[in-house]
Amino acid sequence: MRARWLVVLVLLLAGCTGGDGGSEDGTITLRFQSLAWQDESVAVNKALVKEWNAIHPNVKVEYVQGSWDSVHDQLLTSFEGGEAPDIIHDASDDLADFAYGGYLADLRRLLPERLKSDIPQRSWETTTFGDGVYGVPFLQEPRVLIANAKWLRESGVRVPTPEHPWSWAEFRSVTRELSGDGKYGVAWPLKEPVSATLNLSLSAGGQLFHRGADGKVTVRFAAPEEVVPRTIHDQVNSDDSASSSTLGSGGSDTLPGFFGGRYAMVPLGFSYRQQITQQAPKGFEWQVLPAPAGADGLTQGVSPQTLSIAEDSRHQAEAAEFIDFILRPENMVRLALGDWMLPTGTQALKSPSLHTRKDGWATGTALATHLRSAPAQSVRGYPEWKDKVATPAFQEYYSGAIDLAELRKRLEDDGNLVLARYQR
Amino acid sequence: MRTSKSARIGQYAALLAYLAFLALPFLWLLSTAFKPPRELGSLHPTWVPRNPTLDNFRQAFDEQPLLHAALNSLLAAASAALVAVLLATPMAYVMARHRTLLGRAATGWVVVSQAFPFVLVIIPLFLVLKNLRLIDSVFGLVMVYVVWSLPFALWMLVGYVRAVPAELEEAAAVDGAGRLRTLVSVMAPLLAPGIVATALFAFVTAWNEFFFALVLLKTPEKQTLPVVLTHFIGAEGVADLGPLAAAAFLATLPSLVVFAIVQRRITGGLMAGAVKS
Repeated sequence: MRARWLVVLVLLLAGCTGGDGGSEDGTITLRFQSLAWQDESVAVNKALVKEWNAIHPNVKVEYVQGSWDSVHDQLLTSFEGGEAPDIIHDASDDLADFAYGGYLADLRRLLPERLKSDIPQRSWETTTFGDGVYGVPFLQEPRVLIANAKWLRESGVRVPTPEHPWSWAEFRSVTRELSGDGKYGVAWPLKEPVSATLNLSLSAGGQLFHRGADGKVTVRFAAPEEVVPRTIHDQVNSDDSASSSTLGSGGSDTLPGFFGGRYAMVPLGFSYRQQITQQAPKGFEWQVLPAPAGADGLTQGVSPQTLSIAEDSRHQAEAAEFIDFILRPENMVRLALGDWMLPTGTQALKSPSLHTRKDGWATGTALATHLRSAPAQSVRGYPEWKDKVATPAFQEYYSGAIDLAELRKRLEDDGNLVLARYQR
Repeated sequence: MRTSKSARIGQYAALLAYLAFLALPFLWLLSTAFKPPRELGSLHPTWVPRNPTLDNFRQAFDEQPLLHAALNSLLAAASAALVAVLLATPMAYVMARHRTLLGRAATGWVVVSQAFPFVLVIIPLFLVLKNLRLIDSVFGLVMVYVVWSLPFALWMLVGYVRAVPAELEEAAAVDGAGRLRTLVSVMAPLLAPGIVATALFAFVTAWNEFFFALVLLKTPEKQTLPVVLTHFIGAEGVADLGPLAAAAFLATLPSLVVFAIVQRRITGGLMAGAVKS
């Protein structure tokens, strides 16, 4: 008897909880989960939502704040429970499982031609899984060298530009030249050694993952793949031109040493400039340099930020309209500036505000055409390969615990065993 | 037994070292919360901010609905603590006073249940709550917190109940008190320290809980403080360190205040559960 009352009570209370986003007057409500986190970026996203709502009284967009830190788990649970937001902000390297799992809508039939043609094919490749496109790549960041400008100037080394970058060999010799007296030419923050190494290796033609005629992917660590890891390894272990203490650090952790004159350069994502402008001591001169180039020039792998639509959304067409709205060229520029990143759209990239020399914008923008889909994007089993095989192998190699032959053996032999399980 | 002077000095040194170990992270958080961005990026950080500022607090409140999130956390944590204690007290009494095979099995299950990881239960739990239409509801979250903290609360309270001499209940029975009257009028006052300690455990567990709140609450207005704190963290773990430290410092205050208020009761409660008659 009491149990029955309890059930009644629960159901009564449940009746007081949330709705399904519908409305009696025909107004549609879309939930847009944004991962914007920097002050400026949040402001831009909220402003765009407000602008949309002002001109679309029948399609209201509700801004929901998400977090990069937990987005995968949160989305996975939401999808499983059929409670996902209509419009989903994420990164392309997080989409594969959701796309293959049928949680995301194929956008090919939903997006207008304007948006499709504005974003180059190389960017669409980052969100193409199988036969479908499951996200709109809209912001991306190359890895660049943030350099102590005064130090470089006084050393007399040639300062690279996007037109005349350093080769990997030249970069190594420059860092040797800049080092000494307990100071280092470079500090590699390699808390995530795999993505950094793989993405930069594209410049030397290192693909690492090779897809055969049967569609199966195998790991092959050959000469092009060796260039970047060997450079880093030698800087740390042979030349003493890179600090070994930062190998386990995140990008932010290297900034005090950089500001304090301990390191001449730090390879970081383009968006770190925002932190640098905030934290750099008064009078500290810094500049943005392109990452070194290899046989394939300045090519780099990236995982752009994306906007997707949930497969379960009952208003996919309206969600696509909203995406089209916030990714209009002028709006894409606002989003890029807010996040200190580069837009993927060709029209947005022409904006004068992205070509100013201030804060290194022009250098970054010059790299936009060299950005490609990260090598691991479409490799099933990559997360396990990365966690179980590649991360420990690279960490040991960079610290000098194993040599190049052992690194190759682990990446290929152990790695291919892992990948094979996903490709039976 | 007299303790020698050198042994006592050693004991105090160990105690001081332990206190420092506990306090350092909190003091560093406090220091960071008042530092301007340029000091955060300094190679030679100082304990005392050279140019203390309240900007981090201002920015934290401007960017995120911290006060609202704190109220949500308070509501969820206080409700969970209250319900957990109300349920656990009579259950613990029964388990402590009636040692049956079922009781022993229940105790075993309680201990085993603590080993279940969150990720193991989150999806089935999500589906159950969805069917009950309790997703995105603080009530649903409180239910989860109660269920999650109940085993440990029960386990704690059983110890406290066993520490109370059964003769007191027998005396109450002689005076004509029934089971419920005995529990409310005789046992409850004696168990008060233990109940407070248990409630505090349930409160702090719920106050700090992140994963369930993240998954179960969708509407920004309903999100709790730990979830809102993650909004200061960007891709690849880059953090807006100043505002994050300010917000995290504020988030630790309620627990500290509650502990400070009921500290003596907790000590009493812990002692009561420690020794059996």
